Amino acid sequence: MQACDARTGLVLENVAIRLGGRLLLQVDCRIDAGSVLTIMGESGSGKSSLLDFIAGFLRPDFQASGRVHLKGRDLTDLPAQERHVGLMFQTPLLFPHMSVLQNLLFAIPPGIRQRSLRRDMAEQALADVGLAGFANRDPATLSGGQQTRVALMRTLLADPHALLLDEPFSSLDRTRRADIRAQVFEAARRKSLPVLLVTHDEEDAEAAGGEVFRLDQA
Amino acid sequence: MTRRFAATLGLLGTLLLPLPGTAQETDPATSQEWQSVLEEARGQTVYFHAWGGEPRINAYIGWAAREVERDFGVRVIHVKVSDTATVVSQVLAEKSVGKASGGAVDLIWINGENFAAMKEQGLLAEQGWAETLPNWRYVDVENKPTVSVDFTVPTDGQESPWGMAKLVFMYDSARLDTPPATLQALLDHAKAHPGRFSYPQPPNFYGTTFLKQVLVSTVEDKAALSRPVDDADFEALTAPLFAYLDDLHGSLWRQGEAFPQNASHMRQLLADGELDIAFSFNPGDAAGAIANGELPPSVRTFVLDGGTIGNTHFVAIPFNSSNKAGAKVFADFLLTPMAQTRKQDPEIWGDPTVLNVAALPANEKALFEALDLGPATLSPEDLGPVLPEPHPSWVAALEDAWLQRYGAE
Amino acid sequence: MTGRRHSFPEIPTLLVALLLAGPVLAGLAGTVLPAFGYLPVLGYDRISLEPFRELLAAPGLARSALLSFGTGLVASLLSLAIVLVFAAGWAGTATFQRLSRFLSPLLSVPHAAAAIGLAFLIAPSGFLVRALSPWATGWTRPPDLLILNDPLGLSLTFGLVAKEVPFLFLMTLAALSRPHIRDFYRAGASLGYGRMATFFKIVLPQIYPLIRLPVLAVIAYATSVVDVAVILGPTTPAPLAPRLVGWMSDPDLSRRLTASAGALLQLGVTSAALLVYLILERLALSGLRGRLASGHRHRHDGAARHAGLALMVAVITVMMLSLLLLGLWSMARSWWFPALLPQRWDLMRLADTFTMGAPALWATLALAVTTAGLATALTLWLLDARSHNNRPSGRRLKALVFLPLLLPQIGFLFGLQMLFLLAGMSGSFPAVLLAQLVFVFPYAVLSLSDSWARLDPRYTKAAASIGASRARIFWQVRLPLLLRPVLTTLAVAAAVSVGQYLPTLMIGAGRIVTVTTESVALASGGNRPVAALYALLQLLIPLTGFVLAALIPAVLYRNRAAMRLERG
Repeated sequence: MQACDARTGLVLENVAIRLGGRLLLQVDCRIDAGSVLTIMGESGSGKSSLLDFIAGFLRPDFQASGRVHLKGRDLTDLPAQERHVGLMFQTPLLFPHMSVLQNLLFAIPPGIRQRSLRRDMAEQALADVGLAGFANRDPATLSGGQQTRVALMRTLLADPHALLLDEPFSSLDRTRRADIRAQVFEAARRKSLPVLLVTHDEEDAEAAGGEVFRLDQA
Repeated sequence: MTRRFAATLGLLGTLLLPLPGTAQETDPATSQEWQSVLEEARGQTVYFHAWGGEPRINAYIGWAAREVERDFGVRVIHVKVSDTATVVSQVLAEKSVGKASGGAVDLIWINGENFAAMKEQGLLAEQGWAETLPNWRYVDVENKPTVSVDFTVPTDGQESPWGMAKLVFMYDSARLDTPPATLQALLDHAKAHPGRFSYPQPPNFYGTTFLKQVLVSTVEDKAALSRPVDDADFEALTAPLFAYLDDLHGSLWRQGEAFPQNASHMRQLLADGELDIAFSFNPGDAAGAIANGELPPSVRTFVLDGGTIGNTHFVAIPFNSSNKAGAKVFADFLLTPMAQTRKQDPEIWGDPTVLNVAALPANEKALFEALDLGPATLSPEDLGPVLPEPHPSWVAALEDAWLQRYGAE
Repeated sequence: MTGRRHSFPEIPTLLVALLLAGPVLAGLAGTVLPAFGYLPVLGYDRISLEPFRELLAAPGLARSALLSFGTGLVASLLSLAIVLVFAAGWAGTATFQRLSRFLSPLLSVPHAAAAIGLAFLIAPSGFLVRALSPWATGWTRPPDLLILNDPLGLSLTFGLVAKEVPFLFLMTLAALSRPHIRDFYRAGASLGYGRMATFFKIVLPQIYPLIRLPVLAVIAYATSVVDVAVILGPTTPAPLAPRLVGWMSDPDLSRRLTASAGALLQLGVTSAALLVYLILERLALSGLRGRLASGHRHRHDGAARHAGLALMVAVITVMMLSLLLLGLWSMARSWWFPALLPQRWDLMRLADTFTMGAPALWATLALAVTTAGLATALTLWLLDARSHNNRPSGRRLKALVFLPLLLPQIGFLFGLQMLFLLAGMSGSFPAVLLAQLVFVFPYAVLSLSDSWARLDPRYTKAAASIGASRARIFWQVRLPLLLRPVLTTLAVAAAVSVGQYLPTLMIGAGRIVTVTTESVALASGGNRPVAALYALLQLLIPLTGFVLAALIPAVLYRNRAAMRLERG
């Protein structure tokens, strides 16, 4: 694996995940700030549990070993809230009880106190993905692609230090897909985030442009 | 009863209240002892646990509570219970954890078995308190022996009489011309009109009283009933009772497979025409129920020749009440001629007095004489003689025997 | 997560264990000791089997026990059958939706009130006979027919069914609102299976685990019911539970020992009924398994579907009519056979009752609101702590939580009363609150835990990964997403609190007066209008609760399409 600056990148050091004694996957890699590592594998190969492990949600019936470092910090024993790892799921998972704006405001760190500033940030984020004017909409009235874009902005507004993508494009139709995918990668590059993408879609892997790691070959 | 009449009564009542210095020197109301009870009672809150199934009685208790609060500063809270025995349980539970003061119950409406049980278990306040109440002097101890002997158990002044009860029957004169006058006539009526007579199922109080009524009327050796049942030949003494019931049951409402649950249920069944006859312990009941719309105006009251079972109901103070003075003040108030007249008014409650009306001072006597009992109520003269209750131990024995024969086929 | 590092129980788990185990154990001790002849305050200080001898000597005991067992089990099975057949035939249809709207408020009808209304409907002098008399029947007086209190307990069984169907239906409804259930219906239909076959072969196996516990609770309740049995049940002899209450309150205090021994017998009867149900369940399961692979489509299920609908409509109609009759009675002054409507009305009484009943109503409301609030908060705390520590389901905790539902109440209330007396708390508001909580809390857990477990865990992940603290996730994500089930839980808990008669009476020592204790005391007088009025008062609080639970989310989330879906 290529050299990586441990002070900015995401480092997975000898990570192994087991379920009931069976080894699901074993990874040892580094992802530089601004670059993408794609992990490909069939469903059931444990790719989602790897993301869970990194983000701090691994279920107790899984056993994991190894360490995770992000920007030089050891995340392994931190609670999920303190890891600063942004996560995008197969479905956008906008909170259905909040408006689009409230979803975004929910993500902005509390350190930013001024209400008008928080609002401006959220509005700007919407404008960035071509959704200006959607602030007061009910998320359920948005199309799938629009929801994914809001979800992306929600993730980014929380100021993550890394981005984990769990097949976030799989639910989108082909025409919209390339466009939104490009927006996501572009945003990550702009923010210099290390990105870990899990997918089983070759097209996604190609578009990511980075290194590809195939689980079924491991 | 009109509001004005009530107000007049209230006014009279205040005039009648014991005022220091105005009464004779022997007036117990002005005695040193009673004055100190009144003093102690002021500010106390008395939890009066009393059966709450009759709105008219509840309203009466509410009125009495307001009176004593105004006149004596005693707050009385009516705790409405569905079954007095649960109150006995309550006091018992308190005793079993050693709670000798500050009990939840300050005064309890009671008689018969419940009193006997509490007395036997030492759950009652000291002996003799009832006879220290100033209004005790008006109680008709001579002509109404049940005011001091409750179901053959001497009260020993551990409960204060409140009212008189006597088994009476109600019928609808629109359906029945002449009510049966004897037990035999009752049996004949039931056979002639099957499915139209029944009695509440023992151990309901009224049902058990009906059994006692038949027992007292059919038994040879009446004296045996005033002794504990263990000392008697139960089989032989009750043989005529059960022969009568065996004869009756074939013609009972629902063939004796179901029974009315209580006296009010009977009243309902009488009103609907399911039954021809309903029971009551209160000669004024019919009048009150008519006024209430519960019974048709054609309902009348009757008794059996030779008399019916009668008793007295009381109020008693548990041993661990911390408001005994307040409880006594309330018990005494319930005995005032004013409170007793109001209680006897059929439109208010209709419960006969425990006082000796003839011996009352003229003003108070006039109160009673002014009462209009209405056509549905029997006058005290027409009520007939009172048959005494058997010893309380007979109750359980009769109930068990009944259950064995008819309640668990 | 951090919680995984320590393995000792969370604070809420400990609290719940203490809250439930303490009273139940103390209560049981207070029953078991007297059952074996130990009740020192009455002078019984030697262990003996005498109480059991007394118990067995009671006439008709076997028949009483059999009645409790039979009516309780049959009523529960019938209720379950009606609910399942109806759900199988109609889930997902507009008819189903419409009827569900009727059934939910019926849950707030107190058992005794339902029984009183039903009794007036079907009695020989009741509404049905009046409707036909005398023009069709020729009866000018009510016929002497044994309908109520029949020795076989048929009307009791019927009354229990009418009351338990809404409860089991709501539990099934909640289970049916799980995600993907709709898809399974589609899958079944596309494979050519009839609606009912799809339900029994595909859907039921998935949702049954969720309705099993409610069914067990219904059996435990129905085999030990007191109030409904007194109004509708046989009396020659009565089922076991009402006889126990009679002995418990017999002036002959030694009967208390017999009653305690009887309470243990009641425990046995209830356990036997539960056991029989579990055996039947196993048989049904293996029968179903055998048919799963048979390939039979049962496409022509129209007759069965309509039978299920007819039964359900019958139950709803009977309950609605009963309620209507209660309403009429509460305003009646005179209403004698064969008048179809009251002959004289009395609206003053209605007004009087509201003025006189106001303090009791406030006390009931205060108790219901605090008990429901505490029970729901404790449930949420417990669920949050356990899912935070990834310990969503502890079998032992579950068993403990539901113990109070599976034990007959009279079995341990006397002991509980002693405990509170010893603590010097008897008759106080907190004591009644605690006693009610023992019975209310299990219902709160029952009502909420499934919705909690079903909430997509990724919402929490999404919130946590954007840095939201545990508190923030709870207050801003989980709670609002679960608003509807949380409010429903509050309403259910409040309804259970309002329904508590024996605990309130015995622990409240008469100092805490609720509409329920008032209404039972007044009902003991048998005055129908008054009993009806108080039954309606009893209904007021739970009904308000259910209406609010439905209205608040609808108003708050009127602009949120995804929240309008049943998130029950």
